[in-house]
Amino acid sequence: MTETAGRTAAEHESARPETAGPRTGAPEGVAHDAPERFVGKAVRRKEDPRFLTGRGRFLEDRNLAGQVYAHFVRASVAHARITGIDTAEARSVPGVVAVFTADDLEGVRPIPLIRQPPDPGVPLPELRTLASGTVRWVGEPVAVVLAESPEAAADGAEAVQVSYDPLPAVCLVEDAIADDAPTLHEGFDDNCCFRTSYTGGDAEGAFATATHRVRRRMVNHRVAPFVMEPRGMIAAYDRYEQAMDVWITTQRPHHTRWFIGQVLDMPEHLIRVDAGDVGGAFGAKEPMYPDEAAVAFAARALGRPVKWVEERAESFLATTHGRDHVADLEVAFDGDGVISAMRGRILGNMGAYLYPNSSGTIIGRTGPLLPQSYAFDSIDVEIVGVFTNTTPTGPYRGAGRPEATYYTERLIDEVAAELGLDPAEVRRRNYIPAGEFPWQTPTGLEYDSGDYAAALQTALDEIDYDGVRALQRNGTDDGRLIGVGIASYVEIGGVTPSSVAAMEGSPGLWESAAVTVHPSGKVNISMGTCGHGQGHETTFAQIAADTLRIPYDDITIAYGNTETSPFGFGTFGSRSAAVGGTAVLRACEKVVTKARRWAAELLEADERDIEQVDGAYQVSGVPTSRIRFADLASKTLMLMKPLADGEEPGLDAIAYFDPPNYTFSSGTHACVVEVDPLTGRVEVSDFVAVDDCGTVINPLVADGQIHGGVAQGISQALYERIVYDADGQPMTSSLMDYTVPTAAQTPELRTARAVSASPVNPIGVKGIGESGAIGSTPAVANAVLDALRPAGVRDLDMPFTPERVWAALQKG
Amino acid sequence: MSDTSAAEPRHEVNLVVNGVPRSATVPARRLLSDFLRHDLGLTGTHTGCEHGVCGACTVLVTGAGRSDDEGVSGRPIRSCLQFAVMYDGAEITTVEGCTRPDGELGPVQQAFQDCHGLQCGFCTPGFVTTITAYLEENPSPSEEEAREAISGNLCRCTGYQNIVASVLRAAELKSEEVGG
Repeated sequence: MTETAGRTAAEHESARPETAGPRTGAPEGVAHDAPERFVGKAVRRKEDPRFLTGRGRFLEDRNLAGQVYAHFVRASVAHARITGIDTAEARSVPGVVAVFTADDLEGVRPIPLIRQPPDPGVPLPELRTLASGTVRWVGEPVAVVLAESPEAAADGAEAVQVSYDPLPAVCLVEDAIADDAPTLHEGFDDNCCFRTSYTGGDAEGAFATATHRVRRRMVNHRVAPFVMEPRGMIAAYDRYEQAMDVWITTQRPHHTRWFIGQVLDMPEHLIRVDAGDVGGAFGAKEPMYPDEAAVAFAARALGRPVKWVEERAESFLATTHGRDHVADLEVAFDGDGVISAMRGRILGNMGAYLYPNSSGTIIGRTGPLLPQSYAFDSIDVEIVGVFTNTTPTGPYRGAGRPEATYYTERLIDEVAAELGLDPAEVRRRNYIPAGEFPWQTPTGLEYDSGDYAAALQTALDEIDYDGVRALQRNGTDDGRLIGVGIASYVEIGGVTPSSVAAMEGSPGLWESAAVTVHPSGKVNISMGTCGHGQGHETTFAQIAADTLRIPYDDITIAYGNTETSPFGFGTFGSRSAAVGGTAVLRACEKVVTKARRWAAELLEADERDIEQVDGAYQVSGVPTSRIRFADLASKTLMLMKPLADGEEPGLDAIAYFDPPNYTFSSGTHACVVEVDPLTGRVEVSDFVAVDDCGTVINPLVADGQIHGGVAQGISQALYERIVYDADGQPMTSSLMDYTVPTAAQTPELRTARAVSASPVNPIGVKGIGESGAIGSTPAVANAVLDALRPAGVRDLDMPFTPERVWAALQKG
Repeated sequence: MSDTSAAEPRHEVNLVVNGVPRSATVPARRLLSDFLRHDLGLTGTHTGCEHGVCGACTVLVTGAGRSDDEGVSGRPIRSCLQFAVMYDGAEITTVEGCTRPDGELGPVQQAFQDCHGLQCGFCTPGFVTTITAYLEENPSPSEEEAREAISGNLCRCTGYQNIVASVLRAAELKSEEVGG
């Protein structure tokens, strides 16, 4: 199949609007003229024209009168005592307004954690705004220079002299937990900042009786989120109002407001945060960063607006990295390849400090998801968070999920290799059967729905599995090695229901939507989620149009501004459609209820006899006794009679949704690679992603999410890697050293779909934002190892660069 | 954007941007990208890497900066690698200038919307300008050529799939216009 987006019959089924509409809870209309339904349709995006004409409103586009520019002085060594900071020369640079170091930050509190790891028994190191006494990673903010122009701020930062007394540094997790390793933080002699175990069933018994075992040490290396729009922030403080306005490129504007309140001891009602248009995030724009806290502090201290935009090289140092685990895992299985248990340990490199949300990645996602798509019921895996002299890690597209999938899917292929079985067949023998949902994992999750074997079969059909295997057996004329890789996945989405939040050290993260109905019947909806490329202005309007049964063009969706959006937790964790989308649905249902009540009054009918039809409400079956939605909106705002006691004018409504459980998207990614043994170059010659995200709201947008995620996942497998030298100096801080793939390096991708509606929300939707990045990396890894195994290569870590692959082939 | 210091010499730059004569007085080290964004207020041109790799800052230039482009109009350049003073007297087209004369989406822009060729929208201006120039050179590219044509620009959201489709769709839209 050569179509860019190959479609299966299953997808056509799901995309049919009449089968994919939301359950609105509204009574069935008796008769209406072929209603237009939007959920399930490939509606073109509302947000596109402004981006396409250069009218997006990104952080750097904004300037305030009288603003000064911030430039950070960052640690140039990975671990050292600061013996002196001389700012005199910097202060004399023309245009420099101020220089702040830790000593100037009176009254500034540490940045609080929003994910609490298990108590290590001693206080966790405080996350401070500027380094005090010791620096622990290259890039740690030491001082900030404020100046009249960005050039003067840069010149000023260049002139700040920081003297260091170097300390030994450690960058790799296995080195950091060694007995003789340098220690980063007092009280953490072994550099372990938390330990937690996932135990269920009887792993010890299963291993004691198992006829087979396979064990692998697997490195899931460090990568950079590489967001096209770097981080940035403008803060302006009004001393008379004692209020702060903040513009910041973030996934979580309400959380940012809370953080600033905490750090600067300011009341939140005097802080306004606006995310504007956010140029990508992938998890990197979630936490409050120390440099952002410094910008807020400087704005208050100077009484002038402060603007800061991260430079690209700075971004490679200062923005959180992702992944960076070393896993040592083993599975027990029988002669048929049926797995009974998993055990082992995963070391997670947390970097020099725990950032506010970063422990949730490995604790809340990697550990619980280790059983993946499989029915084994015993597990005993320890997860250890480790401090090292590196940039702090945090969530990166998938945020702990891709790591879990990588380990388990690699091991499944090792089981198959050990027994000489087909890896697809080993998966079938271990899958949770489609009839067994809800399914309890030994790690405490309850999977909602899925049909893993169906997705696998679609993937196999799409890549012509038997044909490729035959080609592989027969060999190629030019000696190229062919490999086929499969990876199934299950992922947590819709984070984080209050019912399960404690498991990941988080409060419950519900979502909100507020509907404003204007006298014209046109509608604005404000959201607590905060999209940054996911098409929320379109997909949420699709849900609203179907529920309100008004034209799609009559609806706008807004988010990202704490002044105009209701409190919410933002966009991350594949949550916006499942949690925020349902809040939209619920809020619109409330509007419909109000509209029906008012229609009954105005039409002098019983409320039970009022039905919703397209654009209007009418007495059931009596189209002549009908009131248009716009007239209802107008008449309930421009009242011609007094309000009864307890009655509210208008049709506005706000609703919240706290789902009963996570959603669990699933699927199988399959690919074919060709390896050139002479150069070690790996080429992905075919790739298909079969994803089950439940109900699809907009197939165009859903495919786009998969494409982007898959490209990132393949890229981790083949190209990207953050590298430090032995002293903790970053070696990959520009696009000349760190490979972000271009179109030429990204293969053609095909998508197909399986559909298992989620029972945990009324739309039936699951997350899709991270799926692509989860299945793709192990699919490529398994394909590469499948190609190399006949040449004697039994194990290899990513990224599969030509150099690594070639070297492995030489050793054979 | 205010200037570094009163002591730094400033230079007047006169050019035509999207058909409109513009001028500003800037220090010699002012980058063309910053000049467009901050001195002229055309914030559609984005800077994603400041070292000429990502392509988000791509604008089209006619008539200055290089001696070997006689007769070439609308040559794509990385505005983050150029100083504004080098483009005195040039004609420049930015993403804002890629619309139709009546302000409606131009063919490349329309193709991006039709094909979902953008997500966060940050890299998009550089793709729109790059593709606009490319289709002048090759009005009916193959899929492979389309992929090659955009391989100097980075996008982190789309995996390039729908951008390739957008190139092909834009070529179609343009040829319909010529034909129709």
